[in-house]
Amino acid sequence: MQVTVTTRTRSSSIAGYAAIALIVIGLALPAFASRSLIQDLFFILTMLTLAQLWNLIAGYGGMVSVGQQAFVGIGAYAMFAGVILWGMDPVPAILLGGVAGFLLAIPMAFFAFRLQGAYFAIGTWVIAEVTRLIIAQWKTLGGGTGTSLPREATSDIMGVEAIAQLFGLRDAAARDVLAYWLALLLAVGTMAAIYALLRSRTGLALAAVRDNDNAAQSVGVDARRVKWMVFLAAATMTGLVGALIYVQTARISPDAAFSVTTWTAYVIFIAVIGGIGRLEGPILGVLVFWGLQTAFSDYGSWYLLALGLIAIAVMLLAPRGLWGLIADRWGIALFPVQRRLILEGTRHG
Amino acid sequence: MIWLDTVVQGVLLGGLYALFAAGLSLVFGIMRLVNLAHGDLIVASAFLILIVVETLGLNPFLAALVAAPALFALGWALQRFVLNRVLGKDILPPLLVTFGLSVALQNGMLELFSADSQRIAAGPLESASIDLGIVTVGTMPLLTFASAVLVIFLLNRLFYSTALGRAFRATSDDAVTASLMGINPKSVFAIATGLAMVIVTIAALYLGMRANFDPSVGPARLIYAFEAVIIGGLGSLWGTLIGGAIIGVAQTVGAQLNPEWQILAGHLAFLVVLILRPRGLFPRAVD
Repeated sequence: MQVTVTTRTRSSSIAGYAAIALIVIGLALPAFASRSLIQDLFFILTMLTLAQLWNLIAGYGGMVSVGQQAFVGIGAYAMFAGVILWGMDPVPAILLGGVAGFLLAIPMAFFAFRLQGAYFAIGTWVIAEVTRLIIAQWKTLGGGTGTSLPREATSDIMGVEAIAQLFGLRDAAARDVLAYWLALLLAVGTMAAIYALLRSRTGLALAAVRDNDNAAQSVGVDARRVKWMVFLAAATMTGLVGALIYVQTARISPDAAFSVTTWTAYVIFIAVIGGIGRLEGPILGVLVFWGLQTAFSDYGSWYLLALGLIAIAVMLLAPRGLWGLIADRWGIALFPVQRRLILEGTRHG
Repeated sequence: MIWLDTVVQGVLLGGLYALFAAGLSLVFGIMRLVNLAHGDLIVASAFLILIVVETLGLNPFLAALVAAPALFALGWALQRFVLNRVLGKDILPPLLVTFGLSVALQNGMLELFSADSQRIAAGPLESASIDLGIVTVGTMPLLTFASAVLVIFLLNRLFYSTALGRAFRATSDDAVTASLMGINPKSVFAIATGLAMVIVTIAALYLGMRANFDPSVGPARLIYAFEAVIIGGLGSLWGTLIGGAIIGVAQTVGAQLNPEWQILAGHLAFLVVLILRPRGLFPRAVD
């Protein structure tokens, strides 16, 4: 009897084509979308990417970090340093953000991996605070009050001129389009990489380590190596996203760039509300987050209070998130990683 | 001379951090629950005391006495109806629930009380000082430290000389076996969190009288508190006091070198201790 192992389902095939269509539409969107929609999508895509990365280390890897703001902040500051100190163009300077995230992750992992569970969470948070306080001493980048990208740098970003002519936009709007495209690239790239990782041997090893460290090691998984790899990769990507966000913002301060609330709490809520440990979760979560923010933006910070309460309610009533409810109800998986055995002749999608 | 003064001030400051930490240590020690909203609960309690002071015109100490039973009830209910439902092997759910509570509390306080700095007026006590011969210390810091010692002394008495304390220790060591002995871990947990909120009330009283506070200062207090707990070692209350003192001394010495290094020095002291002794200085319980 012929036997094959597959992760493919009918809904995942449909999702695959839909994803490709969405990416094409996303790329072409600036041709007809308004500037405010582009800005909203930039926000959604960057928060989505951060949530996917946190989901990767916490949801799949079991490393519950409360210090991801360290990588957003250090990435953003590295980009600022490249532009202000070395006169780089902001777009290539984003790459410095990735390098900085990677370099910070090495001492952080060295330290935090000695800690377990709750100690790990607090340890990562303390290291993020230490990083913030050290960066606040960096007087040439504005110290504790922060600084802005110089006008010469923001008015002459490469590619902006071409975009402005292509769509007939002003420079400011063209900058938003460029930032949006980069955000789309990062979001799609991150999700594709995570999906590929989860379907690989390393992905299986990662899930095994999360579920039981000792058992995974007993079947030959090098738990340390897997954790290091995933943590460093997520930190690098988070650094890139941080740098990109601050290219668009063009104004930085240590308190904002290293904000535990913005870059870790909201990011965690997005993952939790959508569903931890699945790729679909953060997508749904970020839409809920953005919807709340848009609908209640006139009522000050009440929506943030609501967000906190919703996260609590989800943890209590549906710990696997909104997508968990959908998956239980209809058995849909857009990005399946579960391996299923198919017996030849009985195949039905 | 200036260094002696700095160290004494640091130890007294550590008393405040030990007060922040004692409630956290109690809850963490008994049920391994990291309450990420602990700092925000301290700030919220300070607002409650402030409201009682302003509406009833009471002395702050009496106001704290009025607030304490209400906050005990709040802690009990929080544990009974919310946190007990997410306790388990997986540390993620309780961590996320308390994180949600933290953000909800911060934003709720921001809407109710605005971002303005507040202070609980304590009259002449605020500026009083005592000359101890070698150093002069503020009455308020001294009172804070004395309160921390008293709270920890009483908690230790409770832990080691009462039936409730025995139940706390038994549940901490092994909740399943404790429940076979007729202890209901869930109600023990609820009482523990209620008690932690009474300690939070005392911490809030001194937080509010000693310095300005606003809805955003909670997370930093949580970090100091947690550092004190970890330095001291899980389950050791006197260790928590020493942990607080270490953070306090590191901060005042750091501030003496450069005012901007105050907070940083405290965190670095914590990291050094954690590298040398990952389980803290005086661990009692095993994780």
